[in-house]
Amino acid sequence: MPEYVKFTEDMIKTHTILIPDMLPVHFKLFISIFEGKGYKMELLQNDSRAVVDEGLKNVHNDACYPALLVIGQFMDALKSGKYDPDKTALLITQTGGGCRASNYIHLLRKSVAKNFPQVPVVSLNFSGLEKDSAFKITAPTFLKLLYAVLYGDLLMTCYNKCRAYELIKGSSKKTLDKWQKKLGDIFRSGSSGYLKTKKLYAQILDDFARIELSKAKKIRVGIVGEIYVKYSPLANNHLEDFLLSEGCEPVVPSLLEFVMYCAAGTFNDAKIYDKTTMNSRIYKLGYKLIYKKQRELIEAMKKQGSFEPLHDFEHLRHLADKYINQGVVMGEGWLIPAEMAALAESGVENIICAQPFGCLPNHIVAKGMSRAIKEANPEANIVAIDYDPGATRVNQENRIKLMLANAKK
Amino acid sequence: MSKYSLGIDVGSTTVKTVITDADGNIIYSKYQRHFSKVKETVTDQLKIIQADYPDDKFTVCITGSAGLGLANSAQIPFVQEVHAAFLAVKKKQPDADAVIELGGEDAKIIFLTGGVEQRMNGSCAGGTGAFIDQMATLLGITADELDELSLRAQKVYPIASRCGVFAKSDIQPLLNQGARREDIAASIFQAVVDQTVSGLAQGRTIEGKVLFLGGPLFFLKGLKKAFVNTLGLDDEHAVFPEEAPVFVAYGCSVYAATAEDSYKIGEIVDKIANASASDAIITGEPLFSSHAEYDEFIERHRKFDLGYADMNTYEGDAYLGIDAGSTTTKLVLITDDGRMLYSHYSSNQGQPLDKIVAQIKKIYSLMNPKITIKGSAVTGYGEDLIKSGLAVDFGIVETVAHFKAASYFCPNVDFIIDIGGQDIKCFKIKNGAIDSIMLNEACSSGCGSFIQTFAMALGYDIAEFSQLGLFAEHPVDLGSRCTVFMNSSVKQAQKDGATVEDISAGLSSSIIKNAVYKVIRAKSVDELGENIVVQGGTFLNDAVLRSFEKELGRNVIRPAISGLMGAFGCALYAKERNLEKSTLIGREELDVFSYTSKSAQCGGCTANCQLNIISFGGGRKFISGNRCEKGGGQAKKNNIPNLYEYKYDSIINTVKSGQPGRPVGKVGIPMALSFYEQLPFWHALFTGLGFEVVISEESSRQMYYLGQHTIPSDTVCYPAKLTHGHIENLLDKGVDFIFYPCMSYNIDEGESDNHFNCPIVAYYPELLLANNPRLNDSNFVHPYMDLNNRKNVVKVMKSALKKYNIKGKIPAAVDKAYAAMDSFRSDISAKAQEIISKAREERRNIIVLAGRPYHVDKEINHGIHKLITSLGMAVVTEDSVAALAHTPKLGVLNQWTYHSRLYRAAEYVTTQPDMQLIQLVSFGCGIDAVTTDEVRSILETNGKLYTQLKIDEINNLGAARIRLRSLVAAMSASEGADASSN
Repeated sequence: MPEYVKFTEDMIKTHTILIPDMLPVHFKLFISIFEGKGYKMELLQNDSRAVVDEGLKNVHNDACYPALLVIGQFMDALKSGKYDPDKTALLITQTGGGCRASNYIHLLRKSVAKNFPQVPVVSLNFSGLEKDSAFKITAPTFLKLLYAVLYGDLLMTCYNKCRAYELIKGSSKKTLDKWQKKLGDIFRSGSSGYLKTKKLYAQILDDFARIELSKAKKIRVGIVGEIYVKYSPLANNHLEDFLLSEGCEPVVPSLLEFVMYCAAGTFNDAKIYDKTTMNSRIYKLGYKLIYKKQRELIEAMKKQGSFEPLHDFEHLRHLADKYINQGVVMGEGWLIPAEMAALAESGVENIICAQPFGCLPNHIVAKGMSRAIKEANPEANIVAIDYDPGATRVNQENRIKLMLANAKK
Repeated sequence: MSKYSLGIDVGSTTVKTVITDADGNIIYSKYQRHFSKVKETVTDQLKIIQADYPDDKFTVCITGSAGLGLANSAQIPFVQEVHAAFLAVKKKQPDADAVIELGGEDAKIIFLTGGVEQRMNGSCAGGTGAFIDQMATLLGITADELDELSLRAQKVYPIASRCGVFAKSDIQPLLNQGARREDIAASIFQAVVDQTVSGLAQGRTIEGKVLFLGGPLFFLKGLKKAFVNTLGLDDEHAVFPEEAPVFVAYGCSVYAATAEDSYKIGEIVDKIANASASDAIITGEPLFSSHAEYDEFIERHRKFDLGYADMNTYEGDAYLGIDAGSTTTKLVLITDDGRMLYSHYSSNQGQPLDKIVAQIKKIYSLMNPKITIKGSAVTGYGEDLIKSGLAVDFGIVETVAHFKAASYFCPNVDFIIDIGGQDIKCFKIKNGAIDSIMLNEACSSGCGSFIQTFAMALGYDIAEFSQLGLFAEHPVDLGSRCTVFMNSSVKQAQKDGATVEDISAGLSSSIIKNAVYKVIRAKSVDELGENIVVQGGTFLNDAVLRSFEKELGRNVIRPAISGLMGAFGCALYAKERNLEKSTLIGREELDVFSYTSKSAQCGGCTANCQLNIISFGGGRKFISGNRCEKGGGQAKKNNIPNLYEYKYDSIINTVKSGQPGRPVGKVGIPMALSFYEQLPFWHALFTGLGFEVVISEESSRQMYYLGQHTIPSDTVCYPAKLTHGHIENLLDKGVDFIFYPCMSYNIDEGESDNHFNCPIVAYYPELLLANNPRLNDSNFVHPYMDLNNRKNVVKVMKSALKKYNIKGKIPAAVDKAYAAMDSFRSDISAKAQEIISKAREERRNIIVLAGRPYHVDKEINHGIHKLITSLGMAVVTEDSVAALAHTPKLGVLNQWTYHSRLYRAAEYVTTQPDMQLIQLVSFGCGIDAVTTDEVRSILETNGKLYTQLKIDEINNLGAARIRLRSLVAAMSASEGADASSN
C-alpha cells in the first residue's frame, strides 16, 4: 500500500487548500478563520455534470453519493487546470463513526494518488485521527469554529425565512452577503470581536427583520437527512431553490444540532456501554459549553421575536427518546427522528428526508422511523427522497410534488 | 365560467385526455401510446377535440410523470398524478378504502380510510407496465398474449419482486431450462403484485374496498386475478372501474374545473406548440463528425473476418459450436481449417431447445453428405439442457469459449469484453490464460436486451434504432446505472425535448459507461492493455462500438462474427479435442426428437427444490431447479468437506441441548444477522438462568413473505429483510419475549482500527420495534450492550430481566455464555483445519467462501457452497481462517469486526498455494463497497484470483455458476493443465 503525502508546516504558506461545497454560508466563515491563521483556502463551486462523472470514474459505484460527489468535485477541480497540483491540498471532514463515511478520506486518497500523487489530503476531524498532519485544530480555533457555526446557523435560518417571503427580490441575499462579509472580516482579523455575540446576534436579527416580507401563507417544508445531501445544493439538486419555486418555505435545521449530536454521542456511548474515559468526560464538558452557547442564541432569537429559534438540543434529545435510543449513533443516528419530531411539533409537518440511495443508517433512522413518527404526529407528511448519480430530478421532484399536494389539502 | 374542463395525463408511455362538462360528467376520453413523441401526441389529441369543440372554452390542467416539464414550459397548471387520482376517486368511488394504480413506470397506492396516505414507488422499485412489456418482449410475445398465457398457468415460480432487472434474471434461467411459458407468465404478474404489496404498503394492510386503476390493471386479466387472489378480495371489494385507463386524466379535469382561466383548444395548442424545451439536458459529442469518418471506421473493422466455405460443396470434417445464450441462440459450423460453413443468430424467444433443434435439422438437410461432423460443443445459460438433450460432446464455460474465439483473431489479446443480451463479461488475459474475470452484477444487467426493449418501446426495430444514433448531433447523457434508472433518465430527456436520435446515441454510450465504470471499474485505459477484442451481439451495433472506442480513446478489434464468438469458440474447442466420432444427435434420431416438460418437487432434503424435469426420447432426462446434485438424479451426494454446512448445523443444534426441565420463561431468538455467531452465547446465558430458548425456524422464501409487510425500506439487504419473517415466526410460536440486543460494537479481535457492527446489524431491533405492530417494549427486549465489557453485560442483563428476579444468577450465567461462545468459535476453527487437511490429502483445491456469519443461512447463500463442492473443491468460512493471519497494510479504515476478518482471510489465502477466496456480497451492503476493492487488491497483488458473488433474494445460481467454473478454468490454466470441461 502506498504512503500518502502528508501536509507539512511549509505547505501552510505555499499551498491552497480546497474545500468541498457543502454549506456555503458556514464554510465561508470557517475559511476566514483559517485565513486569519495564515492558511490559503478556497471553497469549490464547480457543480457541472463533470463532477458526477469524475466521481463515477474514481469511486466504487456502490459507495455512497456524498463520497462520490465530494471526490468528484475535487478531481474535477484538479483536472480543470485552475489549480497548480504542486501547490494544492484538499480538505475533507472525517467523523470516525460506524458509518462508512469515515472512509471517505481513504477513498479520496486512493483516487488522488492515482492522478495527482503530490497533492496532500488533509483531514478535518475532532476525534484525534491523523495526528501527523500540520493541519491542526487547536482549542482556540475550535472555539472560533464553534462561533462560526452559531453565526452561520443564525444567518442561514434568517435568510431561509426571509428569502421565501421577501417582497423586493434579492433583498435577503443582500443582507446575507453583508453579514457574511462583516463576520468574515472579524474572523479573518484574528480579533476577538466575534465574542460579542449579544450585540452581533441582535444586529443580525434586526437587519433581517427589516426586510419587507409578504403576508402570504406558504407551505413550510422541513429538510432533514444525511448531513451532506441535506445541505449541499450540488447533492440535492438545489432542493431549497426548487421548494422556493414551488411557493414553499424551506426550513433547514441548524448545523449546530449535528455538532452537538456528535458530541453527545461520545458521552452517551460511555454511559450505555460502561466505559467512561477521560475523553468522554471532556466531551461532556464540551457539550455543556456548546449547549450554553446554543441557549444564548435561542434566547437572543426569542427576544428579538421575528424568527423561529433553533431547536433546543436538550429538547431534541427528549423527543428522540420517544422513538429511538440515543445509542443509535451511526450516520445521523437518532438526530433524524428527533428533528422530524421537532419539526412536526413546531407546525412544520411536511418533511423531506434527503438521503443518499442505499444509505445504511437511514434504513433505520429515517425510513425505519417514519411510521412511528406518523403515528405520534398524524399530521406529519414525510417523504424520503433518494439521491444518487442515476436518480433523475424529474423522479425526485415528482415525489416532492406529491408530498406538496398532500400538504395543500 | 367555462362549460368544460380538460384533463391531460401525460404518462411515461401514454397520453390520456378527458373532458368533463359542468356537471362533472365525462363527455370525451382518449387513451393513446405516445412512443416518446410527447408533444406531438398531445397536440394530435387536442386537434381531434378542436374539431368537435372549435369555439368552446376549457379550463385545463396537465398531470402525469412526463407532463411536468410540458406544463411548466407551456404555462398550463399542473397537478401531481397521485393527487389527481385521489380527486377522481373522491368523485367516482367515495366509499373506496384503498386505491392501487399501476402506470407505465410508476406504482402508486392511496389509503383513503384510517388516515389518508398517498405513496409512490421509490426510485429503485422499478417499472410495472414497462416491466410487463419488457418481460413480454423477452418471451417474444405481446403483453396481451402474455396475459392469455398466464390464465392457463399451473404453478407460480418465485421471481424477485423488488426490481425489474432482478425479476428478469430469475425468469431467464427458467426459460432456458424449459419451464412452461404459461407458468412464467403468471409468475411475472405475481411478481408485480408482490412488488406493490411489499414496496408500497410497507406495513399497512390493504383491505376493504380496493379500487384498481391504470392501463395494465385494466387490460390484463391475469394481473387482476393475481391482485385479487393475493389480497383475498371478493368481487364486491375489488373494483375495476370502466374508466380505469383514463381515471387520472379524469381527476385532472376535476382539478381543472377549479381553475379560473379558460382557453379555446386552439389557444392551448398554441401554448404547447410554443413551449420551449428546457435546456436542462446534458449532451455529449456526436459519435461521428462526418460520413467520411464513419466510412473509415467501417473499413477498419471489416478486416477482422473469417474465411467462408459453401456447405453444399465442401467435403470433409466439420465442427459444430452452439452458444445457448440467455436471450439469443447462436450456432456455427466450421471446416477443419476454420472457415465458416454455416452460422445462425437469433432470439431464442424463450425456447432455446426448439430453436437449436430446428437449426441442426436445417444443417443436416443442407449440408453436403460428404461432410462429417467430428465434434460439437455448447456453452451459455442453456448449456446443460442442450448438452443432455442433443448429446453434444462438450459443455464449456462461456469465458473459455470466448477466449478461444478472441485468440483466433488476435493471438496476443490482452483484454476481452463481451456484451450480450443479459451479461457483460470482461476478462483480462495474462500469459496466455484468463487472469481475472469481471461480470456485471444483477443490478446493472441492462445490457443488449435493454437497448432492444427500448427500441421497441419507441416503435423501432433494433437495427434501425441504433443506426439513428450514429449521426445524432447531441447525444443525451443518460448516466450509467441500471435499467430502471435509465428508464427515468430517458423519461427526463424526452420531457426536455431530446430527439429519438439523441436518445439512441445516449443509450449506446450509457451501455458503454456501465461496462467501463461499473463492471470493469477501470481507472485508466492502460489498465486494459494494448489489444482489446470486443464481441457479443451488442457490439454489432456500430453506435455502441463507436461509443466504446470514444470512451477509451483507442481503437479496438471487433470481429465480423462478433455475435457468434461464443459459438465459434465452442467449434474451435471441439476441433482441438480431436475426437474420433461425435456423440451429437444424428439425423434420423433428430427427426423423431421430442420432449416433454413437467414440474415436480424434490424430496431429497428439506430445501424442497422446485424441479423442472424434461424428458427426451430414449429415457434421457434433464432436471433443473435443484440446488444440489441429489435432485439432479445423476450424481450421488458428494463427500467433499464443507464448513458452511457444518457451521450452520452446529449453530442450529446449539438449542437441542441444555434446555431446562421446568423453565422460568420462554425466550425467543430470531435466527438472523449476528445470531448466526452469537447464538451459543445467548443460549448458554439464558439456559443458565433457567429459560427455555426457542429459535425461529429455518429461513426460506416463505419466511421472507411472512414478514414482508413490515419492511419499511425496500433497499436494505436481504439478510436484514429476512429478520422480519423470523420475528413473525417467533411471535406465532408464543414465546414470553423476544430477545434481540442492539450493539454498536462487536467483539474486538485486536486486529482492526475499531470493532463496530455495520449500522444494520447494530440497530436493526429499533427498526423492527417501530414497524411491527405486534411488538412492544415488554415482548421485545432489545437492550444496548457491549460484549467486550463483561461488567456491562451483567449490568444490562440484570436490568433487562428484572421482573424474573434472578439477579444473583446472572454473573455466573454470563461467564458460562462467554465460555460457550469461545468453545463454539474454536470448534469451527478446528473443523476448518480438519477440512483443509482432508482436502489436501485428496488433492483438492480449497475455497475460502468469505462473507459474514449470517451467510451460512441457506436462504441467504442459496447453496453456493454446494455448487463449489460440486466442482470438486472444499469450502471453509472466512472466520475460521481469519485468525491465521494478521491484517495486512490497508488503504482504508478497518473498523468493522466482521469485515476486518475478510482482510485477514484474504491475507491468509495469499500464503496458501491451494487456496482461493471467493467473496460473498449481499446486495445493498454499502460497507462492502469499501471492502471489495481492498480484498481484491490484497489477493491480486499476491497473484491470487479475485472472485466476487453478489447475492440477493434471487435464487438462481446461473451467474454464480459461470463465475465459479471460470475460476476453476483459470485455476487449472495457471497450474498448467488444460482448461477443463464439465
